[in-house]
Amino acid sequence: MKHDVVIIGSGLAGLSAAMELVGNLDVAIVTKVYPSRSHSGAAQGGVAAAVANHEKDDTPDLHMYDTVKGSDFLADQDAVEYMVNAAPDTIIKMEKLGCVFSRDGEQKIAQRAFGGHSRKRSCYAADRTGHALLHVLFEQSMKHKKNLTLYNEYYLLSLIYKDGVAKGVVVMDSKTGKIDIIYAKAVMFGTGGYGRAYNITSNAFSCTGDGIVAAYRAGLPLEDMEFVQFHPTGLYQQGILVSEAARGDGGYLINGKGERFMEKYAPSVMELAPRDIVSRAEQTEINEGRGIDGKDYVYIDLRHLGKEKILERLPQIRQLGIDFVGVDCIDNPVPIQPTAHYSMGGIPTTLDCRVLADVDGTIVKGFYAGGECACVSVHGANRLGTNSLLEACVFGEKAGRTILEDIASLSHEDINEEDEKSVVKKRIDNIFASPGTESTNAIRNELKINMTNNCGVYREKSKLETALSTVKELQEKFKNSKIADKSKLFNTELQEALELQNMLEFSELIVKGALERTESRGGHSRTDYPKRDDDNWLKHTFVSKQPDGSIELKYKPVTITKHQPVERKY
Amino acid sequence: MAVKFVIQRFDSEKDSAPRMEEFNLEIPKGATLLDCINLIKWEQDGTLTLRMSCRSAICGSCAMRVNGHARLACKTQAVDVVTDNKVVIAPLGNFPVIKDLVVDLEPFWASLERIDPWLKPNESVKWERERLQTHDDEKLIDDASTCILCASCYSDCNVMEVDKNYMGPATLAKAQRFVFDTRDVKTKERLDQLNELTGIWDCTHCAECSTRCPTDTKPLARITELKARSMEHGYSNSAGSRHVLAFRESIPGKYPGTGGGLINENYIPPRSLGFFNIPALIGILPVGIRMMIRGKMPPLLPHTIEKFDEIKRMFGRFKEYLK
Repeated sequence: MKHDVVIIGSGLAGLSAAMELVGNLDVAIVTKVYPSRSHSGAAQGGVAAAVANHEKDDTPDLHMYDTVKGSDFLADQDAVEYMVNAAPDTIIKMEKLGCVFSRDGEQKIAQRAFGGHSRKRSCYAADRTGHALLHVLFEQSMKHKKNLTLYNEYYLLSLIYKDGVAKGVVVMDSKTGKIDIIYAKAVMFGTGGYGRAYNITSNAFSCTGDGIVAAYRAGLPLEDMEFVQFHPTGLYQQGILVSEAARGDGGYLINGKGERFMEKYAPSVMELAPRDIVSRAEQTEINEGRGIDGKDYVYIDLRHLGKEKILERLPQIRQLGIDFVGVDCIDNPVPIQPTAHYSMGGIPTTLDCRVLADVDGTIVKGFYAGGECACVSVHGANRLGTNSLLEACVFGEKAGRTILEDIASLSHEDINEEDEKSVVKKRIDNIFASPGTESTNAIRNELKINMTNNCGVYREKSKLETALSTVKELQEKFKNSKIADKSKLFNTELQEALELQNMLEFSELIVKGALERTESRGGHSRTDYPKRDDDNWLKHTFVSKQPDGSIELKYKPVTITKHQPVERKY
Repeated sequence: MAVKFVIQRFDSEKDSAPRMEEFNLEIPKGATLLDCINLIKWEQDGTLTLRMSCRSAICGSCAMRVNGHARLACKTQAVDVVTDNKVVIAPLGNFPVIKDLVVDLEPFWASLERIDPWLKPNESVKWERERLQTHDDEKLIDDASTCILCASCYSDCNVMEVDKNYMGPATLAKAQRFVFDTRDVKTKERLDQLNELTGIWDCTHCAECSTRCPTDTKPLARITELKARSMEHGYSNSAGSRHVLAFRESIPGKYPGTGGGLINENYIPPRSLGFFNIPALIGILPVGIRMMIRGKMPPLLPHTIEKFDEIKRMFGRFKEYLK
């Protein structure tokens, strides 16, 4: 199989890139689900853009400062500036394509408040904004069907990368188990995040960092992997997302004593502080025995918003509460706890979405990344709500445009098919042939509990060391695991094993980065190093795999243009 | 609660027919049906195969038949679907099965593509900013836009069962989203297509789609809106639209031989099929003859019911409402 461009991932980033390319180049999208089932669709509360419909004094500059401050000053400011300036046009473009947005009294796109944003700038479609955006691009993909090949339910096995050039990918057709090589002049990853390694997570089953690990296994570095965002309002025990819009529209967070506890942590913005701060506040309340009935959850209380506003603006999360925890937020407060939500780290790229091969800025020829799998880095140490849909749209589009610019200088490279296939076949054969005794389910559960307990909202040296040794033990155990389904046809057990293998690989990188970073910044909070340390740690972590299998850590300075780091207070 | 999960198993490469397999499981507190099926897969039989992704009712992957009806497994509390200590699980209906609970969805996507499911705006008007749309206009497409394409409606659609060429409820709901979008200008072209055979008039109003729909899409309501919009635009020349008109004319008595507050069953078939559509009328003749033999032939001239005035008043009010 051969295409000019192969895009891995059919979420907002991948589809946005494809839309820039269809008609000009022969484009293929590989997705392990169907496009409408990508995890972008699960985003709820909105997409940020200073279109200034609601508050006329909003500007991209304000958006930039909020984002940089929200990132705890780890974001690269040139990238943030590009994103916030592109934001209004991006939203308008989505509206023109037919996105169904909620409308305000002036018939314009409605906007609501969100944590860490100093203006009401979250453009929304009720509480299913990701769904609305994803479906409009899915519609467009059908419009351009003639010029777009979709490999639905194909699973990415590896990136073919040699001597500084990305040449294609190895994929498996889930329906038949057939392993194939796709040759491409340009490879783009929009493969999403890695939140699935946590026990309490808002992420879909599909968010197993497949693209990130494929890049890492190929020898490329990953950036800022230790930065995982914990969302403050996951449904208790399920981790399923209750949109930040619930707080943006006025919801209260209440502890076991009936107090609005955010008063102690962010008195000026209360519940609308950025997510890292609210999650830590919740965890502190829980750890100090002020959870509801002393347990490990608190309440989000929406009752005072009234039935009409809830039904109008938050219908989906009301239904989620009813279906998953049996609570109707119109009548009762909803039990919630922090949930692993977003991966700030990922594949390092330039502003133009070209993938970096090292900390010195060497570019990989023919390889691009955008969205959650990439680290450009616009979110730094903590992402603001509504900036992820924006990032996926803006940098997905940008990746597409960059590929158009580069394509003349790219060509289909020779690939040693047998070599490439044999590497992945060996991995699969090992899983099939293992006479093992270890259950993959037990390994997965242990990994997730380990990550939540030892590398979660709060971290410290001894716990992180436990986390690291546990991950390594589990990696060994995996070699002795067993699976029952040895068939080729739609073998989801095999795919889950491969995904677990990926999770075991990147979890080590999260812990490693966290252990080294002896400071607290954004989503990475060390109880043994509670302060931010700009003198030593105002820099990005790069991890890469050495030929002997060991992990090398390097660091890259943060790009600071307009805003010097200051203490972050709300 | 210890429960028997009876799950349909099938491997399209090996098996000639599906079989039912029983698994015993203690349902953990608060577990969804998806949680339970996964526990069976992960702890009892790894070969059990299903699709799933978001587990929060937004991706539509885990639709399957539970006790005979389509549902999203992730959205269902397991204890709610237990009857006689048992839950019966099967793949979606109206699709070929690939393996266990995984079906071949290609017919579903192919159906969706038939209606050009993307916005066709007036390209000659340039908007510098977003196009304006009132809150009320946005509301017209709000319900249809919640569709997650899970195919539950397609699975349980009774028309789909007998006619695979029918567009199907999800596709028609998607069409409503564009016909009613004030930003779309291809209303005529869209309605032309929807009024052809296999379109809106093939729906038999059984309401299975809306009953099974896990979102606010409720396809039957959208199809009904499309029918009304079609009538407003003068699409009255299909058997389906004439059938509707026949009801409206028959009850209040627009023409001789109709009226009296009753549906005139002698009037409706020829009015729907066309009074001069001889082949079609001959086609239904056997039904009429059988009805006559069994004594079910309605009287040729309908009598007038008590409180006919009430019926007339209701029709009058309805006419005013439509204005």
